[in-house]
Amino acid sequence: MKGWLYLLPAVLFLGFFMIYPLIDVFVYSFEEGYNFASQTYFGTGTYNYKYVLRDPYFLQAVKNTFILVVITVPLSTGLALLISVGLSSIKPLRQLYQTVFFLPYVTNTLAVGLVFMILFKKTPYSDGFVNLLINWFGGKSVDFIDGPYWAKMFVLCLYTIWVVMPFKILILTSALASVNRQYYDAAKIDGTSGFRIFRKITLPMISPTIVYLIITGFIGAFKAYSDAVALFGTNLNGAQMNTIVGYVYDMLYGSSGGYPSYASAAAIILFIIVLTITCINLLVSKKHVHYIS
Amino acid sequence: MKVALQHLTKKFPGRGRKAREVIAVNDFTFEIPDGKLIGLLGPSGCGKSTALNLLCGLLKPTDGKIFFGDEDVTGLAAEKRGVGMVFQNYALYPHLTVMQNIIFPLQNLKGPDKLSKSQLREKAYEVAKLVQIDSLMDRKPAELSGGQQQRVAIARALVKMPRILLMDEPLSNLDARLRLQTREEIRRIQRETKITTVFVTHDQEEAMSISDLIVVMKDGMIQQIGEPQQVYDAPANLFVAKFLGNPPINTFDGAVQGGKLYIGGEAVMEVKDVPDQQVIVGARPEGFVLNRDGAFTCRLKGVEVMGRDISVLAEHDSCHDPVIRAIVSAESQVDLASASVRFDLKPGKLFLFRKQTEERIG
Repeated sequence: MKGWLYLLPAVLFLGFFMIYPLIDVFVYSFEEGYNFASQTYFGTGTYNYKYVLRDPYFLQAVKNTFILVVITVPLSTGLALLISVGLSSIKPLRQLYQTVFFLPYVTNTLAVGLVFMILFKKTPYSDGFVNLLINWFGGKSVDFIDGPYWAKMFVLCLYTIWVVMPFKILILTSALASVNRQYYDAAKIDGTSGFRIFRKITLPMISPTIVYLIITGFIGAFKAYSDAVALFGTNLNGAQMNTIVGYVYDMLYGSSGGYPSYASAAAIILFIIVLTITCINLLVSKKHVHYIS
Repeated sequence: MKVALQHLTKKFPGRGRKAREVIAVNDFTFEIPDGKLIGLLGPSGCGKSTALNLLCGLLKPTDGKIFFGDEDVTGLAAEKRGVGMVFQNYALYPHLTVMQNIIFPLQNLKGPDKLSKSQLREKAYEVAKLVQIDSLMDRKPAELSGGQQQRVAIARALVKMPRILLMDEPLSNLDARLRLQTREEIRRIQRETKITTVFVTHDQEEAMSISDLIVVMKDGMIQQIGEPQQVYDAPANLFVAKFLGNPPINTFDGAVQGGKLYIGGEAVMEVKDVPDQQVIVGARPEGFVLNRDGAFTCRLKGVEVMGRDISVLAEHDSCHDPVIRAIVSAESQVDLASASVRFDLKPGKLFLFRKQTEERIG
């Protein structure tokens, strides 16, 4: 009884700002044509879901989100692991490198977006830094911001990877540092190759951290929105670069917005996708993760 | 495999700008005969673990050479030396089973030496039987007791038939009873495999009981090398005399004059061929014989009965320690009411050391 009393502030807060809205969204998603101002709706049913699932903008957003997730999560985690291992094995300038790799984390998303503009954006005056490089190697300029789909997707993925890596590097370097050196000594004396030490000792030892990063990475990538806005502006549907969260936002507040029911249905679909993927992640990782007490 | 060290030296840079460098291992020259078990013995920080790390190749010496047999391995990396090592905390891979831990070194073999699965299993069981853990092969290290983990660590070190076996304080994480048992085990396993073994410990009893040879170290310097009993019976200096033996040796200020040893004014013993000088006298606890008319008089403090024998506790003004401990047989009669107790001293259990150098005289 006393315990519940202590928990009350947190429970109230969570209930009011998390649980209640969640239930509310769930309810809205089944109410057709819900209107905020008048608090009215036409009827109940699965019409909102049917509409959203047939909406080409939503399907485009789902496709974009999945491409983003599938490309950025493995790549960013793998690269972060590579860099962390590198960082752990050097002594001189390690602090400097760690700081450099951490910089994107403390940089504002929109500021980073600006940097990417300079790198990729075509203007009347220049084709952007990357195009200069391409030209220099004899290639033809590509419009990365307003051009073909694959070019835009490439920039978005690159941007996402670059933004999420610092945190992963930070977590992985500390995980690597926490592995007892004696295991490496023992393996070395037994004539173990560097690659085998990494695969058979380092990886299993830091596997809980890697799984944590993959799961949070998946969730984070599914929730991507601000990155796309920073690169392509607010008319994401027009740019074919919308994400699921972007779609939800547009349905609520966008220029074509004012449809809370559709937004709710899309949000619930996203929730189901993330839940499914996370469950699969946990099931798969159970076999390969070694939690050591 | 015979192991020879020649002028082996390891210096570590001091920490801080003006810190002096630390000489952890200072000019080691000795030879370990083939198939023997030798104990590196010394107090904490004397450089014994550093010496072991030099032998296995985890550290590179500042100076000197190491030979395995006739091969100079000084420049050889740890993975190429073919040594087996048992770590103080065992360093068993926690995510692998006992079986996987044991075959780990064998799986590193490549090319023509590569072993098939059944060969791996066979070898693992062979060595597991030797250390008596063949019934635990599917467990994880966390599911084993300390003693069992220790055996797995030994099995892992032995399975690749190392040229030499190194053990870094292998018993320090075990409780007293298990330590006794395990040290017998180590002795037995070493005898059966006949692998030259170097064993590091700070426990003199441990080193004395299982080593063929002990190397007593202090501050990176070898103090004495020899068979345990020989080192005990003829310590090279006061440090060795104090370090070996439990209860420890009793030390006194004394003087030699006219062929007689004086402690606190009493002539306690004849000493021939020793020039007159001030000395430090070391007397082993078992070197005291109760005698009503004995030459050495101490104030009696009490008696501790330990079953097999009795400790007589006494005081003497010339003694360096607050209490003198003399071990006498249980049949001896000690008059507890008396204020004093008199002993005769056994010549073989009494050592004289130079006052300045603390080296043994004679």
